[in-house]
Amino acid sequence: MAGSTTQAAAPEALASGARPSRVSASLRGGLRWLGVVPFGVYIALGLAVPTVAIAIAAFQSSSTGAFTMSNISTALHGTYLLGLKTSLGLSVASAIVPGIFGLFLAYAIYTVKRGNVLRRVVITASGVFANFGGVPLALLFIATLSTTGIVTGWIKDVTGVDIWDHGFTLYSAYPGVFIVYMYFQIPLMVLVILPALEGLRPAWREAAQNMGAGTWQYWRYVGGPVLLPSFLGCLLLLFGSAFSAYATAEALTGGTVALTPIQIGALLNGNVVAGQQNLGYALGLIMVVIIAVVMIGYTILQRRAARWLR
Amino acid sequence: MAAVTSVEAGAQTPAPAAKRAARRRSFPVWRWAILLIAAVYFLIPLYAALRFAGLKAFTQVVGYTGFSAAIELSLRLAVVTTILTLVLMVPTTIYVHLRLPRVRRVMEGITILPIVIPPIVLIIGVLKVAPGFLLSTPYLLALVYVILAMPFAYRALDAGLRAFDLKTMVEASNSLGAGWPTTLWRVVLPNIRTAMLSATVLTVALVLGEFTMASLDQYVTFPVWIVQFEQNSGPVSVAASLLALFVTWLLLMLIVTIGGRGARRRGGSQVALFSVARQDLSQTMGEPE
Repeated sequence: MAGSTTQAAAPEALASGARPSRVSASLRGGLRWLGVVPFGVYIALGLAVPTVAIAIAAFQSSSTGAFTMSNISTALHGTYLLGLKTSLGLSVASAIVPGIFGLFLAYAIYTVKRGNVLRRVVITASGVFANFGGVPLALLFIATLSTTGIVTGWIKDVTGVDIWDHGFTLYSAYPGVFIVYMYFQIPLMVLVILPALEGLRPAWREAAQNMGAGTWQYWRYVGGPVLLPSFLGCLLLLFGSAFSAYATAEALTGGTVALTPIQIGALLNGNVVAGQQNLGYALGLIMVVIIAVVMIGYTILQRRAARWLR
Repeated sequence: MAAVTSVEAGAQTPAPAAKRAARRRSFPVWRWAILLIAAVYFLIPLYAALRFAGLKAFTQVVGYTGFSAAIELSLRLAVVTTILTLVLMVPTTIYVHLRLPRVRRVMEGITILPIVIPPIVLIIGVLKVAPGFLLSTPYLLALVYVILAMPFAYRALDAGLRAFDLKTMVEASNSLGAGWPTTLWRVVLPNIRTAMLSATVLTVALVLGEFTMASLDQYVTFPVWIVQFEQNSGPVSVAASLLALFVTWLLLMLIVTIGGRGARRRGGSQVALFSVARQDLSQTMGEPE
């Protein structure tokens, strides 16, 4: 071990002897990477190759394999454009509304003392509910708000109104999927924004108060600006979480809602319409590009946030 | 509720300035309103699902066609995925900590990717490139689940390795004459037992709940079965969902308890599938270490 540094100046004397100290520094440097080769190969095969394959297939004709822009073009017109718009709109709505509610919820427990039971309950519950997407969540809401759902029945009993007769539906983006997405988005927001809130130092508030600032002024000129990059970053995370979601909407609506992930699933779920697979890959590529843009924005915002909160 | 409120108020009283105490008093109104709304929104669907399913559905679930086959497939996938994940990630993480500490940030960046890429996109890519012999077996799913589990497994293991002085321990072990296998088996692994357990539980919870990839790969895992069965009997599917939920929660609670015992200083209980990764995501991409 210790010998390896003294060998650094030695020329490329290749390992004729088996002793590691004879091995040149550069070769040793290369050998050090051997340990991460299995991991690298796994990532390459399981993550990089499939992603690249989608990117390539998006520009190939399903029938001939020749280069074409028609998949991308179809993906950006008609039903698929509508799906993309609905997906984006739904994701924005299910970032902002749960984001704001989650911020207030997080602030409510932030003002409670550390170690308080209520605080621990809310944080633990948030951890549990934030993971609670997918099939079970969809069925929970089917039991609650479908035509035969328990809450639908309550509302009918109390007011005499069947909400399903008045435009309510669980099986479209609004209000159905939106209401259901909030169930994991709000707790997710609580979990991601709480560290940022805890980064607000009491000293700043005291300093502001000593200089005569009121609550409003503190939030307007100190707390708000410090928190803003974190808050926006968290909104982007929520956006990404809603935009990528497939299982919840699929299980809830049986694949009838026009959202991009659902459309991809319909194009590629085995019983494919001939000549349409590559349209699915084009939609997939568009999703990846959107997510990439969001993540870059997120990274920039986090850098800004890190200036004050650490 | 009232009792909790008074405890709350008691906790608030030591506020120093009278002026601030007066301002604090206005908080509980909106604080309790928010908490009440949240409680209603989060608890009513759970209650409704219990009512909707009814007790009978819970006893019926087990007997239905396909239930046991679906559970069996899900459990098998969970076992295979967990083994593969540990075999791949434990040595890699230890190695990176010991030999390539500067690569740790790169590893964090790479292992966050599976969360960033939408699962639907990843699986259609995998199904496109996977060779025939893998496409014909459900264990292709296990191979992909390893990728999905990576963010959680890596973070759990990384935290475990950071919690003690790995380098010193390994050097001490080596200088006492222990070879690498002995050092790994008797020094390193015992120290990251808890982390390995966390990684295992997170992986199992993830596999048991995964729907997107299984349904596109056309294998009837437990979540896929629930959705298919909903056409036959809503209550039974809801009962199965609730069962799945409780199992997942128990698993997550298990981590909170084991994690809480060792690493209370890390902020305690926010250990959960998404939260682990999302929070670390912000640390990874934001703060310089």
